Amino acid sequence: MPLERTLRGVRLIGDRTLRIVERVGATVAFLGLILAQSGPSFRRFGLVIREIFYAGVQSLIIILVSGLFVGMVLGLQGHETLQNYGSEQSVGVLVALSLVRELGPVVSALLFASRAGSAITAEIGLMKATEQLSAMEMMAVSPIARVVAPRFWGGVFSMPLLAMLFSAMGIIGGFLVAVVIIGVDDGAFWSQMQAAVDFRHDIVNGIIKSVVFGVAVSAIATFEGYEAPPTAEGVSGATTRTVVSSSLAILALDLVMTAFMLKGWN
Amino acid sequence: MTNLVEISDLNFGYNDRLVLKGINLTVPKGSLVAIMGLSGCGKTTLLRLIGGQLRAREGSVEVAGYRLNHISQHDLYVLRRRLGMLFQFGALFTDLSVYDNVAFQMREHTDLPESLIRDLTLMKLNAVGLRGVHSLMPSELSGGMARRVALARATALDPELILYDEPFAGLDPISLGVIGQLIRRLNDALGATSVLVTHDVQESLKIVDYVYFVSEGVIVAQGTPDEIRASATPFVHQFVWGEVDGPLPFHYPAQAMQNDLGLRGG
Ligand SMILES: Nc1ncnc2c1ncn2[C@@H]1O[C@H](COP(=O)(O)OP(=O)(O)O)[C@@H](O)[C@H]1O
Ligand SMILES: [Mg+2]
Repeated sequence: MPLERTLRGVRLIGDRTLRIVERVGATVAFLGLILAQSGPSFRRFGLVIREIFYAGVQSLIIILVSGLFVGMVLGLQGHETLQNYGSEQSVGVLVALSLVRELGPVVSALLFASRAGSAITAEIGLMKATEQLSAMEMMAVSPIARVVAPRFWGGVFSMPLLAMLFSAMGIIGGFLVAVVIIGVDDGAFWSQMQAAVDFRHDIVNGIIKSVVFGVAVSAIATFEGYEAPPTAEGVSGATTRTVVSSSLAILALDLVMTAFMLKGWN
Repeated sequence: MTNLVEISDLNFGYNDRLVLKGINLTVPKGSLVAIMGLSGCGKTTLLRLIGGQLRAREGSVEVAGYRLNHISQHDLYVLRRRLGMLFQFGALFTDLSVYDNVAFQMREHTDLPESLIRDLTLMKLNAVGLRGVHSLMPSELSGGMARRVALARATALDPELILYDEPFAGLDPISLGVIGQLIRRLNDALGATSVLVTHDVQESLKIVDYVYFVSEGVIVAQGTPDEIRASATPFVHQFVWGEVDGPLPFHYPAQAMQNDLGLRGG
């Protein structure tokens, strides 16, 4: 019965969609819970600094190295393409704009999700599985305020810093390839870049993106850890879900924000 | 009021399946009461009801004058500051040192200066004989040491009521005796009241004032350790003397052996 099969297919899609919507809703509700209990994180900012340090240290090397490589590839490809139009001097502009607007925030967020995000999920999940969170509740201390919120804010604050470092390394990588190796004029490389990159439209928008990604990844990572079934499989499944959901969220949010930013927010 | 814990006509179940049935139980101030039974009989569940981690729907659970069935989150946290709980596997915070674990509640709930917290923390560790390990991480401790650190942490704020979940599980005979003596000594020194949940009969009969026996969610016997040792109730006798067969059969119900082994009609 082809009709029946089609119906079953439709039902399956509907089912999946509902479950995804439910999951997104639960994550947003959890984000609300974190925000409501963020008081202690800011009164005792040392808690957050500690998490910025951990998340940052975990992701720093991979982000610096990836930034360098991505910048070098951009330098190569950009030079190759621009050459055809006789404007290989503009390769610096291409490298800088690609990085600051898109690749810096997006790629560093993807790397952050798979490195620090999964670590946050695993840590919170394990704390739950070993009853550390219950123990904290029994001591009249809210685990959301004391464990989840500092990790959330640590992620939110480190994300833009990491994205900027990624872009900076990328520009150095582009410079190495285009100027040092290929031989584009270095005065033109820098001056065109300086003239073309706009602070408000490019840099600030890039930072806004990475802050949004930081909120999304940190909310997903803490939510998955906090809701993980308290078993070994439960925690490992949650870790995988953090990487998958975060990556999808980053790419989807990027599309939406880019559309608005190019139109100018109205 | 002379009873710190009063449970009456309590029924409790997880998803329809009744785990505790018609429980009546009191814990007088200053006493050390044990709840004993086989694994899976609902001891931890009962302890979680006393600690307010689970809410009773039928019957009532009163702790220090608070009726826990419908207690507000705020009152529950106020009550829990007067409670200490030792979790089955210690549940030490794995990201904090031994010292920071014990100091945790003092830092969260008091404004004591760090120098005073230091003195109190070292005193608490000294009481369990582990002042020397204050700078180690929980992962560097043996099982018995971790349990003692958890005990120091549970009593950090001199609780009125201390709850112990299987404090003897998985310990060598020497650590076992040490923990038993510590539990008795801490109860008397702090003027506290303790509830001890365990399946270790011999060890707990040495230290407790009163015993409740739970089997399949029902209290089947109660009395002082001497009464329990002398009990003629078949279940209690089997449990206390560790006999293999008795009212609790060695064999889990199964079909006739011939059927399982395929011996019929061959
Ligand atoms: N969160 C839960 N959800 C469903 N069933 C549970 C849950 N926790 C415990 N149980 C069941 O309740 C019964 C009593 O468990 P528990 O109180 O942990 O026993 P004990 O501590 O005496 O070993 C067991 O059969 C267990 O499978
Ligand atoms: Mg148990």
